Amino acid sequence: MNLTNVESLAYSYPELLLMAAAIIIFLADLVIRSKEHLGSMALFGCAFALLAAIGLRMPFSETWLVRGLFGWGEGWLYSRMVVVDDFAVFFKIIFCLAAFATVWMSIGSNEVRGTNEGEYYGLILASTVGMLYMASAANLLMAYLSLEFVSLTSYVLTGYLRHNRRSGEAALKYLIYGGVASGTMIYGMSWLYGAAGSLDYAYINAALSQGSIPPLTLFIAVLLILAGFGYKIASVPFHMWAPDVYQGAPIPVTAFLSVGSKAAGFAILTRLFYPGLSQAVGGGGWQFLHGVEWPQLMLVICMVTMTLGNMAALNQQNVKRLLAYSSIAHAGYTLMGFVVLNDEGLRAMLFYLVTYYLMNIGAFLVVMVVANSTGREDIEGFRGLAWRGGAVPAVAMAIFLFSLAGLPPLAGFVGKFYLFAAVVKAQFYLLALVGLANSLVALYYYARIVRTMFLDMPDGTEGVVVLDAHNACLLFFLAVPTLVLGVYWAPVIDLADRSVHFFLG
Amino acid sequence: MSILTWITFLPLIGAAVILCLPSRAHGLIKQTALLFTLPPLVMGIWLFMNFDRTTTAFQFVQRAPWIESYNINYFVGVDGISISMILLTVLLCPICILASWGIDKGIKGYFALFLLLDTGMVGVFVALDFFLFYIFWEVMLLPMYFLIGIWGGPRREYAAIKFFLYTLAGSVLMLIAMLVLYFSNEPHTFDLTQLMAQSATYGTAPVITVFGHGLGMQHLLWLALFIGFAIKIPAFPFHTWLPDAHVEAPTAISVILAGVLLKMGTYGILRINYGILPIATADLAFWFLAALGTWNIIYGALCAMAQKDLKKLVAYSSISHMGYVMLGMAAFTPEGINGAVLQMFNHGTVTAMLFLLVGVIYDRAHHRQIEGFGGLAGIMPVYTSVTALAFFAAMGLPGLSAFISEVLVLLGAWQKYPGLTIIAASAVILTAGYMLWTMQRIYLGKPNEKYLGLPEINARELVTLIPLGVIVVILGVYPHAVLDLINTSLLNLNKVVAAAGPSALASLR
Repeated sequence: MNLTNVESLAYSYPELLLMAAAIIIFLADLVIRSKEHLGSMALFGCAFALLAAIGLRMPFSETWLVRGLFGWGEGWLYSRMVVVDDFAVFFKIIFCLAAFATVWMSIGSNEVRGTNEGEYYGLILASTVGMLYMASAANLLMAYLSLEFVSLTSYVLTGYLRHNRRSGEAALKYLIYGGVASGTMIYGMSWLYGAAGSLDYAYINAALSQGSIPPLTLFIAVLLILAGFGYKIASVPFHMWAPDVYQGAPIPVTAFLSVGSKAAGFAILTRLFYPGLSQAVGGGGWQFLHGVEWPQLMLVICMVTMTLGNMAALNQQNVKRLLAYSSIAHAGYTLMGFVVLNDEGLRAMLFYLVTYYLMNIGAFLVVMVVANSTGREDIEGFRGLAWRGGAVPAVAMAIFLFSLAGLPPLAGFVGKFYLFAAVVKAQFYLLALVGLANSLVALYYYARIVRTMFLDMPDGTEGVVVLDAHNACLLFFLAVPTLVLGVYWAPVIDLADRSVHFFLG
Repeated sequence: MSILTWITFLPLIGAAVILCLPSRAHGLIKQTALLFTLPPLVMGIWLFMNFDRTTTAFQFVQRAPWIESYNINYFVGVDGISISMILLTVLLCPICILASWGIDKGIKGYFALFLLLDTGMVGVFVALDFFLFYIFWEVMLLPMYFLIGIWGGPRREYAAIKFFLYTLAGSVLMLIAMLVLYFSNEPHTFDLTQLMAQSATYGTAPVITVFGHGLGMQHLLWLALFIGFAIKIPAFPFHTWLPDAHVEAPTAISVILAGVLLKMGTYGILRINYGILPIATADLAFWFLAALGTWNIIYGALCAMAQKDLKKLVAYSSISHMGYVMLGMAAFTPEGINGAVLQMFNHGTVTAMLFLLVGVIYDRAHHRQIEGFGGLAGIMPVYTSVTALAFFAAMGLPGLSAFISEVLVLLGAWQKYPGLTIIAASAVILTAGYMLWTMQRIYLGKPNEKYLGLPEINARELVTLIPLGVIVVILGVYPHAVLDLINTSLLNLNKVVAAAGPSALASLR
């Protein structure tokens, strides 16, 4: 299926709905006095987009009503710029969920309230549109455009707290780092274009299979492109922006970046490397095309990312910064599913991204609840949280942190189990040992926060932590799946299984 | 619905019920916790009466599919190896609930976590699917961390995180070994019974060479699993978490830690290492079980002799007694292995008594310094007589249960490793040394003026101690109550290891 611009609109409802919502919010911002309604508008926009994304790939799309309204099927859109397939729709669903959770968090956040949040909500929705395109880009130029779009909106969102020096510093660092990374990436893309003769992933794949490209050119091009993609997923050595940006940005934005932006980075990375630079051999395996030894390279990056993220997090005192380094480490774990070169690894990666979404947004939500009441973001601000009226956030935080550490019977353990199963099956024993050693190290700093919340007694100087109904609702909807997915996860893994399917033309 | 499922999950239901109770209803919470641990005890007695002692097959089996894509099932069953441990757990849990009656802060959380721990413990012993076993094994970690870390002594945070990290390190090694075993055969399975049936297929051809001996894949797997279990036993040098965790934990948690959790290490070795990797077991048993066990006995006894804190002394005596289990297991003789599992059960009851008794005196005097007491026999005679029973049982006095198990272990080990047996037998002198010396310093002699008015042991504490004391005395004269349960399955296990036979690696001896 290869559609022109106008015909493709029927398949773009998620993006169109989000963009429309963003525009409505921008316009309404000029007119409306009380800005809370804008938050609700953004929520509705995200909800509709989520429904549209689900409608793109669910069995009930077979009914005549839905097929009349929605587009259904897989293929190229917009003259081979964008592809719609199971893989893309899976990520679209994750991004819409991430945006929904972020907007919900922002409505309940004291940092964001009262700062002319019309632009804020509009930018979040626009950023999500960029992410939706990142997941389905089938052309190098589209990949670059969507990545830049997400980056630019992220820069603004990071620096959103106008009078906060940290926020401005974070935005500037993000901008400079992202600019250099993107520049490197587009340079690499230009090499790849020059060598392969086309920007289209399918044509690049064909050119590579013919073996007409000098390997060194290819390798350098891939390295340069990895600079940009690696920066998006915050893997070593392109991770330096993450701690400052995560610490400086408003907490909902940090949550959004840590989940949505990272998942988008993985989507775009996988789509270039798997259908673009490799070919599927039978039985779920993949084979990298001659000349680009990217699995070995990514293996090293994976191990170093995990290790550096966990080691650096050990000494952190600010919870947001600690979670930033833990995000870097989790990018490393997720890469484990990426380097084994088979469908099982990809399935594990997708499942892990779902559980990571739940755990990470949950953790940042609790950080926001504490910061709302006490204004503190450091570990000491959590002291004795369970004993001074914050038992519910403390228990929820313990659930999220132990899930991040990978303890059964929580969702994080299942995600890690699938990743390790894929790694052991492919007989990457060293990688498995490194991953498990890192899980052990990670437990220490997660347990440190839990200890401060439960084992330390408050000494009276910390404030009372109030959990309002709005945040409690989201907390419930994140904590319960984290518990349930630790015991019964069949639907999610089935969805991930069906989503490891690229439209290759 | 198998009775084992009920025994496993009733405490979990109890934990959920407790979480719904109001935090102020202290009495109600405690009674509810007790209420949910008594039915498993009754069911355990029923199991004891209806267990078929003549077969090696798994009984009261329940099997239900759980995660089909990975062939993971909810598969529980019991045989001679696990029945004694299940009985020990269901016996100790109500006793520990009674011993926890004095907890004064965070009561809801304490009892909910304890019941969750109870589920995890029983689950480990009944699980016959490796993944299920692993889940239950890990489920125990979280409640223990909080129970030690919140309700413990002065250095509780350090002890709790040390325990957590140590045990998790062993668990992650177990996870890798589990996954390797899973992928080693078609069809992939986590089912322990099938993994045992395929034991001939795990490679013994040398993969790496250490100190001139070639280690095959089976040996590497055995070592990975052994390290995980050795941390729990605890075997030297993975034992350093034990003194801290035991000393800092509250009384009831020390009881459950010493009484049940330590047994999981040796149970795991019997169920998994012996059952699935018999060739490697035959090869590596001398160094890693027999020699290490004997060193445990000596080392634990010597360390215990040097202690000033009574609870730490009992903790090191635990290390010493678990050494007997390791030595007996490694002998591969009927006496040896029967003695080992019997010692597991006996040590559970005896050490539980010891920690409960330490708790009694700590509740009254608020310290555990051995030199700080004196002549308690005159002040608290009933307490002293129960303590005398426990101390003599720990020493292995004939007529009490521990004597039978220690003698069986030594008889069994003598046939294979006479040298190690001589060393282990001489450690009895060390054990008597520190036990009698402690007895003399605390209970005999001139009464200490500071403690002349100490209240006698009360009814609740006696109720926790009497059942254990009765069992210790009965098993001292009629050990067949437990030996009959375990004999058939253990002899079969011995046969499996003997049939597999040592590989060329036997030159390790």
